[in-house]
Amino acid sequence: MATPANNVETLATQEYKYGFVTEIEQETIPRGLNENVVRLISAKKNEPEWLLEWRLKSYRHWLTMEEPKWANVKFDPIDYQAAYYYAAPKSKANRPKSLDEVDPELLKTYEKLGIPLQEQELLSGVAVDAVFDSVSVATTFKEKLAKLGIIFCSFSEAVQEHPELVRKWLGSVVPYTDNFFATLNSAVFSDGSFAYIPKGVRCPMELSTYFRINAKETGQFERTLIVAEEGAYVSYLEGCTAPMRDENQLHAAVVELVALDNATIKYSTVQNWYPGDKEGKGGIYNFVTKRGKCQGVNSKISWTQVETGSAITWKYPGCILQGDNSVGEFYSVAVTNNYQQADTGTKMIHVGKNTRSTIVSKGISAGHGQNSYRGMVKILKNATGARNYSQCDSLLMGDKCGAHTFPYLEVKNPTAQVEHEASTSKIGEDQIFYCRQRGLSTEDAIGMIVNGFCKEVFRELPMEFAVEAQKLLGISLEGSVG
Amino acid sequence: MAIALKESEDFYLKDFREFEDRQAATAPAWLSKLRSEGMQAFAELGFPTTKLEDWKYCNVSPVAGVRFVPAPYELTDKIRKQVKELPFAGLDCTRMVFVNGHYAEELSSVRDLPEGARITNMARALTQEGAVTAHLGRYAKHRRHPFVALNTAFVEDGAFIELPKGVAIEKPIGIIYVSAGGTEPWVAHPRNLVIAAQGSQATVVETYLGIDGGVYFNNAVTEIVAEENAHIDYVKFQDESESAFHVATMLAYAARNAAAVTNSIQLGARLGREEVTTVLDGEGAEAYLYGLYVTNGRQLLDNHTAIDHAQPHCSSREFYKGILDGKSTAVFNGKILVRKDAQKTDSKQSDKNLLLSEDATINTKPQLEIFADDVKCTHGATIGQIDPESIFYLRARGIGLEEARKLLIEAFASEIVDHVKFEPLRKQLKSALLAKMRS
Amino acid sequence: MLLEIKNLHANVGNTEILKGIDLKVGLGEVHAIMGPNGSGKSTLAQVLAGRDVYKVTEGEVLYGGKDLLELDPEFRAREGIFLAFQYPVEIPGVNNTYFLRAALNAARKHRGEEELDAMDFLTHIREKIKLLEMDETLMNRPVNEGFSGGEKKRNEILQMAVLEPKLAIMDETDSGLDIDALRIVASGVNSLRGKERSIIVVTHYQRLLNYIVPDFVHVLSNGRIVKSGSKELALELEEKGYSWLDETVPVSERA
Repeated sequence: MATPANNVETLATQEYKYGFVTEIEQETIPRGLNENVVRLISAKKNEPEWLLEWRLKSYRHWLTMEEPKWANVKFDPIDYQAAYYYAAPKSKANRPKSLDEVDPELLKTYEKLGIPLQEQELLSGVAVDAVFDSVSVATTFKEKLAKLGIIFCSFSEAVQEHPELVRKWLGSVVPYTDNFFATLNSAVFSDGSFAYIPKGVRCPMELSTYFRINAKETGQFERTLIVAEEGAYVSYLEGCTAPMRDENQLHAAVVELVALDNATIKYSTVQNWYPGDKEGKGGIYNFVTKRGKCQGVNSKISWTQVETGSAITWKYPGCILQGDNSVGEFYSVAVTNNYQQADTGTKMIHVGKNTRSTIVSKGISAGHGQNSYRGMVKILKNATGARNYSQCDSLLMGDKCGAHTFPYLEVKNPTAQVEHEASTSKIGEDQIFYCRQRGLSTEDAIGMIVNGFCKEVFRELPMEFAVEAQKLLGISLEGSVG
Repeated sequence: MAIALKESEDFYLKDFREFEDRQAATAPAWLSKLRSEGMQAFAELGFPTTKLEDWKYCNVSPVAGVRFVPAPYELTDKIRKQVKELPFAGLDCTRMVFVNGHYAEELSSVRDLPEGARITNMARALTQEGAVTAHLGRYAKHRRHPFVALNTAFVEDGAFIELPKGVAIEKPIGIIYVSAGGTEPWVAHPRNLVIAAQGSQATVVETYLGIDGGVYFNNAVTEIVAEENAHIDYVKFQDESESAFHVATMLAYAARNAAAVTNSIQLGARLGREEVTTVLDGEGAEAYLYGLYVTNGRQLLDNHTAIDHAQPHCSSREFYKGILDGKSTAVFNGKILVRKDAQKTDSKQSDKNLLLSEDATINTKPQLEIFADDVKCTHGATIGQIDPESIFYLRARGIGLEEARKLLIEAFASEIVDHVKFEPLRKQLKSALLAKMRS
Repeated sequence: MLLEIKNLHANVGNTEILKGIDLKVGLGEVHAIMGPNGSGKSTLAQVLAGRDVYKVTEGEVLYGGKDLLELDPEFRAREGIFLAFQYPVEIPGVNNTYFLRAALNAARKHRGEEELDAMDFLTHIREKIKLLEMDETLMNRPVNEGFSGGEKKRNEILQMAVLEPKLAIMDETDSGLDIDALRIVASGVNSLRGKERSIIVVTHYQRLLNYIVPDFVHVLSNGRIVKSGSKELALELEEKGYSWLDETVPVSERA
């Protein structure tokens, strides 16, 4: 008789699907980090003086900071001088004007990743900005969006074409002094996505960025900035993959979101950076700062994340609920298998009146994976009528993994309503056997159980992403039950 | 006795000596021994202070500071009349009535008992051989708990219920403690024991009603034993006088496949402390703990619950609610212990509070101690006000502000009472609750 | 003969739990298996359903003449074996109706029948929900999650009613039920009795057999069937208690 363990083991031997390397000519700058490197990055991108100054300010501040130690993750010290801080495909001197000018090797890469940029442009209604190592290689649907006044382009392009917008909002949510990794990013960020939705415009399609780390020993420091003006709406998707390499690579991104009066931003992430091999060798260190500011009244920012990749994940997408009646949401599924570690959660800072936040966190630990939820709900003195609901569930598969919960709650206003629920359970043989006794196969049973557990998060994802996330989860977890 | 009591506790010892002498002629040896164990333990433990974690928010110095006399038994016509008008009096069922802790046979009615069932008062049961000897003091920990110790020292009367194998009693069994304050502050130590044999089933309602004001102190202990596959629904309704003290310690023990349901409603007393501990000591046992506390003025009501998952495959559901007004304080402390072998435990706890005043204080603390690795435990706590949107909605439909508030508060409270299975009792409870809340 | 168990031995780890069970169950018969805790009743039920923590070390089980032990649990289920679990498992996030439909369709597909869509399925189960006095809202909740003990057991019988098995094995379905729930569960089971269906009722308490009257009663003790008889055996057992069995255990086996 085949046991569930046997059945699943065969599937588990399936390798990380996106682990290939693209052979492409790279342009890098010398290893290490110093003021000259910062200047060089800025020069390569032909940046205005104010931006260089901002980078230098950040760099100098970074020198005074120490790497944070509070997260519940363990890793060997990172040698910040050993990494490359800039890598770009060496193609035409200038950025390609259209997809026809993009290096065909690159297009192939994205096709392998399941993101055929050319078809994408023709078929589905998703606009894609593809970021390869540190630079954006292609953005689709630009013209169509431009007609509505929507700006969707690479960050570098935004600096050139819309410097006033970038200058106004850059660092307004995550200041350059924010934290060690965000400050580092502020000094050396190379590219990323920029989206601007003008007043009253509802963005007609999902905006999407696919990030790809390809080069060796390279840190990736992209920066994303999304601004939704009064009454605007946008749904933004982010996907990430990286090749399999034995050494750890650092990814320290910053995402800033700003929602003005009555604006809504939905930000979805499916993070599948290379998690390292079965023994825990290699993989991406994903140290990311993501924050949204509900600056206007009735504004709403919703984070949804499915985190299956990376050796170490350290991220807390948060919301500053400044405008009265503004709403912050955080829906998260974090999976750790083999030797992966995740310390993730959110921060909800209630500033305005009648602000509401919802936190739904689902942690799945398998193998030797360690999964921590760290969430902060802060209700400031003037946040009369603020409400928070937090739900935090952990699923354990096997007995070598761990789940940890660190909820922090600070309430400074007596009218606040705060609700917290937490649970820990183990997926077990008994659930699988129960399903099989009712005639379902082991694979169907695992799929059903895991997707059931994550249901509240998946239903927040746009359709295509939800399907992808479900598949991804299946692959990440197979082999862990039995 | 080796340890000297503090002055305030000294009179308990004196009273105990007198009590012992009075009882010497009639008390069987095991009982005398149990009582002196109780006194010994109380002498050693003394009254708890707020330095103890379990008593952090419950300062019992007002209780410790009063010179209580043993409860006088006086059955006046006035009391007779008042008892007839009490809530639950109209319920057609077996009931035992106690006045100031003493059994009042003429007000009680014990009838239609199925074969083998025993329902009697503790004073009588103590003189008879049988289950009392085997069970009394086995579940409540008089060596560790000062108030249980004190109760055990003075154990004299209360209710005794014994259900034989397979017997189900449909109508609830009422235990009514009527307390009338006198000229002097008095103390009573009601002691109840319910033993449900394999596969038996019953609903029991233990109520405390203050009818004449005054300062008095009811220090009750209730032990409930649900043997294999037995189902016990236990309702406790506390509406003591507003200057009274009420300390109640309840222990429910559930064996394999048994279910112990407790539903505790605390309304009265100046200081009320209620502890409910349920031990799930057999595979497949279930615990349900429901509770409601309604406070006002300068009241302090403390609810301490503990669920001890000692065996695998047990489940527990705990739902408590509080409604706080005035300058009152309420405490909820819910401990869930999952022992190492208690795999497949399924436990859910929630405590929801409605603050009607800015000066009211709630201290709510869930406490999970889990030593098994394959369990499911959920806990949640909320503190909030009446939802202004709901108020507005009702007002927009023409209901006045005060009435709207009342409706919403009552709805909040009813959810707990709704768990009482026997319908006539549920209705009685609801109307008693609403009457109290409206006054 | 629907089920034939011959000299069945089964271990968990290195401990032998079943020490040679022989049992024949004909089509349409209701068999009760009684015995004290730890006698192997639940193990037998789980072994028949294919739980792999129990290793069969000796003996055979024929189901409709075919070797049952060869089959994976899901194939046994699709071939008509239904186990009502002693501790029904919760599956958070998986809708009760969806789950039951997936199970029914897995069996229908196996039999070469057309799968039922959501609408047809709802019509199909509505009557059965009524029969078991199930709160319909339970159908839209996750499988067994937050159900009371009694609701879980009723849900098991509902699944049984919907899946219409050939052989239903009820593992202590009565344990923990109050009188009302017991009546409902028993009437649900009785309504499923018929010529085409055999039922094995595993129970610890005689009480259930007042409601589900078995054709045969077997007493399991220390991994063996030590006594078989008619329904009167259950009454005798109730009267004398399980300790009476010790005398029926061979001297060599006594502790």
